[in-house]
Amino acid sequence: MSVRQGFLALLSHGPKHGYQLRAEFEARSGGTWPLNIGQAYTTLGRLERDGLIASVHDDDPEAPERYALTDAGRTEVESWWNSPVKRGAPARDELALKLALAVTTPGVDVRAVVDAQRAETLRGLQDYTRLKRSGRGREATEEDPNADLAWDLVLDALVFSAQAEMQWLDHVESRLARASRTRGGASAPAATRAPEAARRPEASR
Amino acid sequence: MTDAPTPQLSLRGLTRVYGEGPTRVDALTDIDLDVAPGELVAVMGPSGSGKTTLLNLAGGLDTPTRGSVLVDGDALEALTARQRAALRRRRIGYVFQDFNLIPSLTAAENVSLPLELDGLPPREARPLTTAALDDVGLSDRADRFPEQLSGGQRQRVAIARALVGPRRLILADEPTGALDSTTGEDVVALLRDRVDQGAAGLLVTHDSRYAAWADRTVFLRDGRVATSTGGRLGLEALITADTEGGV
Repeated sequence: MSVRQGFLALLSHGPKHGYQLRAEFEARSGGTWPLNIGQAYTTLGRLERDGLIASVHDDDPEAPERYALTDAGRTEVESWWNSPVKRGAPARDELALKLALAVTTPGVDVRAVVDAQRAETLRGLQDYTRLKRSGRGREATEEDPNADLAWDLVLDALVFSAQAEMQWLDHVESRLARASRTRGGASAPAATRAPEAARRPEASR
Repeated sequence: MTDAPTPQLSLRGLTRVYGEGPTRVDALTDIDLDVAPGELVAVMGPSGSGKTTLLNLAGGLDTPTRGSVLVDGDALEALTARQRAALRRRRIGYVFQDFNLIPSLTAAENVSLPLELDGLPPREARPLTTAALDDVGLSDRADRFPEQLSGGQRQRVAIARALVGPRRLILADEPTGALDSTTGEDVVALLRDRVDQGAAGLLVTHDSRYAAWADRTVFLRDGRVATSTGGRLGLEALITADTEGGV
């Protein structure tokens, strides 16, 4: 998605001026995509140049300039809603790379790496959850009845992705345990710190 | 005496060994954990890591091989079996994955059961039961039987039962396990709310999304604490719905 597409979508509600678009864009993204007002006006300038929006004339000459979708703009938004977000090459995943290096480097206590990450990720998850609980989201207003829902969904997306990371860390740990069992436990890096309880009868079977 | 409140639950060097010799299993080794009133602590870990053993020991359902369990300052191991049973009834509430409600009793009767088992006359039990159901938002379902309630509502009844009357310690073993994602979150939110009102809670879960509602999380591995997390990263400050910088 681009700021362009975001603005076009926001303008589907009706004409808005630059400050308003910027504020609503940031609110929808939970502040994860900050815009400065210069960017907002550059984007509006290009959309106008491309014929997707046009400024509307207000009776009040003091009022800031507002923009509305043109027919071409409406078509553009429509086709955006109708096409999925593209899944291209995966983004670089720092954590996956770190673990990949850890399991192939002798002498690294991979479990300790997993434990430290798990604590960090869970703390992040707790932060998001606290934010959800605090209800410090946007209030629904007559003009924007789904503002609170939109905010909740942005937070939920962060929560779910942190949860997925936690699940993946669990998976890493169980794969390590299995690998250390099949190799007899001695050579696998995961076994360096395993407490004696891990060497239960069933573990050596 | 210090100003710190007495923990509702204290585990000291808690150790549980099953079997002997070659079949010996160290289910739990040297666990130290405090849960204060107003505090929710999550316990996570792979299956077989000792989560349920920990909960059973904390609730007096199992006896430690070594170490101590203190409930509101009283050491369970110093009590007779009868005293321990009484303490369990009066001070500890359990919530299970499968609700464990008695099908032939109404919601209100299920909630008042521990009070009646404790010898409280119905006249005294009734207002406590009403209050407990009210706290979980189910006053209008008091006369329904479990099968007439949704999964989420049944778990609410179980939480009301766990905290009815003087009970202030709630031990929850995968309480969201049988619920869909949104209902599970509602149940954890309710648990959080009851804890915020002064109960102490221990929540066993394998789902980090629910553990994130706790103040602290303890990860068990092979019966020991692998990691323990509390505090915050401060990510709240990085994301906000309020773009004008207020609130």
